[in-house]
Amino acid sequence: MSTTLFLLGEGFVRQALLAGAVLALLSGLLGPLVVGRGMAFAVHGTSELSFAGGAGALLLFGAGAVGWGALVGAVLVALVFGALGLAAHERDSVIGVLLSFGLGLGVLFQSLYTGRSANKFGLLVGQIVGVDTGDLVSLAVTGVVVVGVLAVAYRPLLFASLDPTMAAARGVPVRALSVAFAVLLGATTALGVQIVGALLVLSLLITPAAAAARLTASPLLATVLAVVFAEVAVLGGIVASLAPGLPISPFVAGIAFVTYLICRVIGSLRTRRRASRTRVPSSSTATSTSSQSALASQSPRPRS
Amino acid sequence: MAEDRTTAVTLSGAELRRGPRTLWSGLDLEIRAGEFVAVLGPNGSGKTTLLQVLLGLLPLSAGSVRVHGAPPARGSSAVGYVPQQRSLDPLTPLRGRDLVGLGLDGHRWGPGLSGRARRRAQVHAALEQVDALDYADAPVGSLSGGEQQRLRVAQALVGDPTLMLADEPLLSLDLARQREVVDLVDRRRREHGTAVVFVTHELNPVLPVVDRILYLVDGRFRIGTPEQVMTSENLSQLYRTEVEVVRVRGRIVVVGAEDAPVHHDGPHAVREEVGAR
Repeated sequence: MSTTLFLLGEGFVRQALLAGAVLALLSGLLGPLVVGRGMAFAVHGTSELSFAGGAGALLLFGAGAVGWGALVGAVLVALVFGALGLAAHERDSVIGVLLSFGLGLGVLFQSLYTGRSANKFGLLVGQIVGVDTGDLVSLAVTGVVVVGVLAVAYRPLLFASLDPTMAAARGVPVRALSVAFAVLLGATTALGVQIVGALLVLSLLITPAAAAARLTASPLLATVLAVVFAEVAVLGGIVASLAPGLPISPFVAGIAFVTYLICRVIGSLRTRRRASRTRVPSSSTATSTSSQSALASQSPRPRS
Repeated sequence: MAEDRTTAVTLSGAELRRGPRTLWSGLDLEIRAGEFVAVLGPNGSGKTTLLQVLLGLLPLSAGSVRVHGAPPARGSSAVGYVPQQRSLDPLTPLRGRDLVGLGLDGHRWGPGLSGRARRRAQVHAALEQVDALDYADAPVGSLSGGEQQRLRVAQALVGDPTLMLADEPLLSLDLARQREVVDLVDRRRREHGTAVVFVTHELNPVLPVVDRILYLVDGRFRIGTPEQVMTSENLSQLYRTEVEVVRVRGRIVVVGAEDAPVHHDGPHAVREEVGAR
């Protein structure tokens, strides 16, 4: 406890907390859209390529260039994913291909690097000592850009993400927004790679939003909850990691996971209560694809 | 301006080509305010493409199109659109009222912080029109196909359109739900004078409310009232094969058209979905 309090007074810890707070804000804002678009795997792929970019920059230009390398790697690959649009099955295989390639490159760069091993390890599992004043500036710039773009484009982005056919019919540029969203996601992922590490970026971009989705179907409330959950996970994770002197990512991932479990339980209890309250189940014909199967599904079925 | 009030759509000499294929040409059609026009025809005959033209998503190859006296504008709130019934993902993070709200301003840029109260009132009114207030706060993915399609109608009505375009909105609904959706659309056009262009495979669910039919087959077409268009002679000419039209108890049954040799360029030659471009 006293160790934790002592460390909280240190400048580098304060900087880490500040960086973590910005990262959690961006993750919470983007997370519901990522979940709505079914892009969890794309986030993972982006983070591995961001890792490769960071590792390459570390090898070629030293520790000061890691942030830029991570950003370039993430944005490049995000552009590829964004251009693929929403065709899920094709997208997944391309992500798998790029992800493994990126991971391989990253491992190569790291093996060739002969400097401090903490620099290498940090890209995979996160580090807080790595955040210096320069990083804070790039973090703040990324934060302002992401929030600014969201303020302007949030409604069309939400429309295009959750109801693409209708959005296209209303003249929303679905393709262009897909690319723009991927760039925002890439920039945020690159920050995440430097703070929580490439392996656990998902615990911030997916888990809080997935937890929030269990509690509410309101996009606004889901976003607020996702931000809160992400903040709790990051700030809590950083503080909890101080005394044991362990990497922060297991703590961040652990807190996020427990939040998710709790939300899942609450959500399923609520659904059960709602189901027992409402009238006859009316969804028996909802998903049939033709009138024939609609008729078929109305025929008596044995109930177990 | 007088023309704007009474004429919703004017197509003159309209032609649409996709690659080497001409979907239709020489199409002259004027749709009055409050008129219900059903668009019939086999897959790939350019029904959905016609809606894309009216939505301003696709230009004509020749001829002219005007919606309310002006060229079609993307995202115009004067035009409402109802897509095919396709059940939404059960985990779609939207409530019914969010889905309807997206129909109102989902295409607008900016934070949209002003006019929240007015927006809420408009969404409420649209939900009320389709009698969907009971489940407006439930996740859309948890609703039945009929309930989802009511929300789709509300989504199209929320901008207070004077032209409503519907693309196979009855597909995969059972007969009772089909009738409900048709009644909603019919009530809207009677009470508000909204013109309706209703693309459908099946004529019978809309037969009681339809004013005119546009029947498209492989570049050929007929326009007129159901009595004028739905004759054995007409359809035999359209399909270029022996087709018989039989009237049974107020229903129209077409025999022979389903196995008529209708030209297809494969499933991807003509996209059947407005969103897929």
